[in-house]
Amino acid sequence: MNGTFRTPSILPGFGLTLGFSTFFLSAIVLIPLAALVTKTATMGWDDLVRVLTEPRAVASYKLSFGAALLAATLNSVFGFIIAWTLTRYEFPGRKLIDALIDMPFALPTAVSGIALTAVFAENGWIGQYLAPYGIKVAYTWIGIVVALTLIGLPFVVRSVQPALMEVQRDLEDAAETLGAARFTVFRRIILPTVAPAIATGFTMAFARAVGEYGSVIFIAGNLPMKTEITPLLIVIKLEQFDYAGAAALGFAMLVLSFVMLLSINLLQTWGRRRQVVAGR
Amino acid sequence: MSKQPVRDRIRKWIPACAGMTLSAALSVLVACGSPDKTGSASGAGGSVTLLNVSYDPTRELYRDVNEAFTQEWQKSSGQQVTIKQSHGGSGSQARAVIDGLPADVVTLALAYDIDSIQRKGKRLGANWQTRFPDNSAPYTSTVVFLVRKGNPKQIHDWPDLLKPGVAIVTPNPKTSGGARWNYLAAWGAELKRQLHGDLTKLDDPQAAKDVAAAQAAAEKFVAEMYKRAPVLDSGARGATNTFVQREIGDVLLAWENEALLAIRELGPEKVDIVVPSVSILAEPPVAVVDTVVDRRGTRQIAEAYLRYLYSPAGQEVAAKHYFRPRNAELLEKYREQFAPLELFTVDQVFGGWTAAHDQHFADGGMFDQLYGITSQ
Amino acid sequence: MAGPGNSQELLAEIASRPGRDTVVSFVVKAAFITTSLLFLAALLFAPLITVFATALEKGFEIYFNSFKDSDTLAAIRLTLTVAAIVVPVNVVFGIAAAWSIAKFEFKGKSFLITMIDLPIAVSPVISGLIYVLLFGMQGWFGLWLQEHDISIIFAVPGIVLATMFVTFPYVARELIPLMQQLGNDEEEAAITLGAGGLMTFFHVTLPKIRWGLLYGVILSNARAMGEFGAVSVVSGHVRGVTTTMPLHIEILYQEYNFVGAFAVASLLTLLAVVTLIIKTLVEWRTGYKRK
Repeated sequence: MNGTFRTPSILPGFGLTLGFSTFFLSAIVLIPLAALVTKTATMGWDDLVRVLTEPRAVASYKLSFGAALLAATLNSVFGFIIAWTLTRYEFPGRKLIDALIDMPFALPTAVSGIALTAVFAENGWIGQYLAPYGIKVAYTWIGIVVALTLIGLPFVVRSVQPALMEVQRDLEDAAETLGAARFTVFRRIILPTVAPAIATGFTMAFARAVGEYGSVIFIAGNLPMKTEITPLLIVIKLEQFDYAGAAALGFAMLVLSFVMLLSINLLQTWGRRRQVVAGR
Repeated sequence: MSKQPVRDRIRKWIPACAGMTLSAALSVLVACGSPDKTGSASGAGGSVTLLNVSYDPTRELYRDVNEAFTQEWQKSSGQQVTIKQSHGGSGSQARAVIDGLPADVVTLALAYDIDSIQRKGKRLGANWQTRFPDNSAPYTSTVVFLVRKGNPKQIHDWPDLLKPGVAIVTPNPKTSGGARWNYLAAWGAELKRQLHGDLTKLDDPQAAKDVAAAQAAAEKFVAEMYKRAPVLDSGARGATNTFVQREIGDVLLAWENEALLAIRELGPEKVDIVVPSVSILAEPPVAVVDTVVDRRGTRQIAEAYLRYLYSPAGQEVAAKHYFRPRNAELLEKYREQFAPLELFTVDQVFGGWTAAHDQHFADGGMFDQLYGITSQ
Repeated sequence: MAGPGNSQELLAEIASRPGRDTVVSFVVKAAFITTSLLFLAALLFAPLITVFATALEKGFEIYFNSFKDSDTLAAIRLTLTVAAIVVPVNVVFGIAAAWSIAKFEFKGKSFLITMIDLPIAVSPVISGLIYVLLFGMQGWFGLWLQEHDISIIFAVPGIVLATMFVTFPYVARELIPLMQQLGNDEEEAAITLGAGGLMTFFHVTLPKIRWGLLYGVILSNARAMGEFGAVSVVSGHVRGVTTTMPLHIEILYQEYNFVGAFAVASLLTLLAVVTLIIKTLVEWRTGYKRK
């Protein structure tokens, strides 16, 4: 009956697990988000367009999405390097550093924001060395990127780590003993295995960074049109009891993020299918 | 196929499973929900809790007020009262009350926020501001300057803020109640200077031309002021930390009570207070939330609590926490702490908080226009 | 993580193989470690040190005194309660979702994954707001709840719900790519050999995904304990009643009690120690072997 819906498999539990997941998903995520959509819908179309296309809102999208993209990219590159270092090399303090990777999640965002500002302000540990070169981090867009990179750091590291651990080293070693160049091994064996994990990490780091409020607010400066992120605009709307306006901005961010997430996920599914087909 | 029945059996579990999760979730919610209501009043004689929803700078004040009032009430009525506190940005606290936070009393930064609770939430009567003396504001404050030790940039009054090279730290009026007082103080001070100290001209049709010119000058002043603000923190204490800890800027605009507290807490060796010649009279209002006290039966004690703020004992606690008491004798007693200056009110200059808000801080209002000009 | 003995042996073994370019290998290793450490030092360690430096500014005695305050203890209790409810629920959901998504091919899979991702993309401000829109006095169920004297927002249930929303994707998101990568062969073999579904899961799948599961639990637990924005909207900030650790940290900070604020924050870094212990335990119990 669901033959067209899914490809048959001998594994059990499809109905149970899918049913439970979708039920839970609806209860925790979709119904509350429906409240957001209905609130947005209380605005007329014209109002909605006006709120979403205000120059100030547009400037904030550029900042929020741009900074988030940059932060997620930084995280992908450095996150991979860190994950590689932590799984493949042995050095003193490795285990402790490994355990500290989750800290950006455990620390309340406000604490990260305050601590980063203290470090990168012109009188801070790092800020004082950057200031003579005219590099200002705190209260500029660079500060926003720094904060967003920090809060997204665990995503890439933590999704690449298990994948790297599962890469078949035998295969790798065999390839190398057979004379494959180091870079070829990396490109042909390691990269395909960890690429989905990197993509997942990137997606999540990006998604999280777009909506982040707590840490950015301390380091951003919050000047309208310059260093004002979209979540701050939402808070500003709320301060004026404009729930519909706030919901509209939130909804717009959600749709944009959703489209980006969906395309990355589709790309991954497509990539995997191609891989499977090629493998057979 | 033998797999099919298995799958069918599993499919039968789904409703059961869903039902179980739902009921489990509900029971958790109810179990947590019931005992957690912030104190239902249990009649006379026993014990009672009150929830005071307040704004940020009153944390220290109400800690002492609550302690004193608890003792006083125990003595006079024999009833044990516990006062719970909630603090946050004035606007978001008002929103929480509108959305159902069961506050018996609200003690917020601006009348506009309590007006909003009245208008949007219908939690209290429209006449709330006349129910207690002095516009329902038992204590007042004003906007002053905090400068670096020794006042290196020689900032003594409002016009000095626009000296070349002066960076000003003030929070974001869109998110902070304190920042709105700062903004209105600057605007009013310049307006008053332009009108040679005579604010009655504002209501005088004959002086319309002068007033228009003065308003334009005030707008320019405020625009210039915000051009010199490198950071707009989201709250008043955030701005204080930016100024004192991060050493950003040359002058911080702050409530007098916050400035005095910051000097005490963060170090008299770092900053000095400067009181300008003229500033705004900040009147943080208090009110009893009718729907909540009627439902919980706490009206009597809630009103007594707010009245206590006007008693000499309550006024003294306020003065100790750097709020200017309404009581003239106590104000005199603490004269050293509260430098004399000319004060104007929001009503005099801006025609009340609602008008001030709509004209200056609403979306597309004057504050937005200032930034439209400066950044395009 | 690999046992240190293990990988040292391996490295030694690799180094002894003929034809290996050990110099290049060494340079690459040094470059990787340096880059990682520099990046982490600037971004992660410096803020962490700031936290501890501030917390210990006035000595250990004052640091430890910060934890004696009854409101602080209440906040710690509340945070632990919330995490204790939220994390197990997330684990069950995560495994169920990952099983259905990774083990089967069906239409709309990418869509489903994206729906699971959504809470990460929702701004914390909005994730709090949606529960206000549902359960607040102006919301869908507000009046009904008040009539029946049930508090959801501005009480513990609201905090639990908001936290659940925020931490919802983590376990599932850790498991899905991993299980997809691992494939179905071994499970299919087990089923064909007559093992039941649960048995297959516990004996075949779980050992393979334990690291992913562990990371998922650690991440969602860390998020559950550290979430500020969403919880802040639904908490009501009633001191000692509805303040979680992050909210309490903010309160202390706002009171210029920097030592107290950062002392409580430093408690959250203890989670790293817990992580360390758990990982060592799992390694030791299962005798982790590299493939």
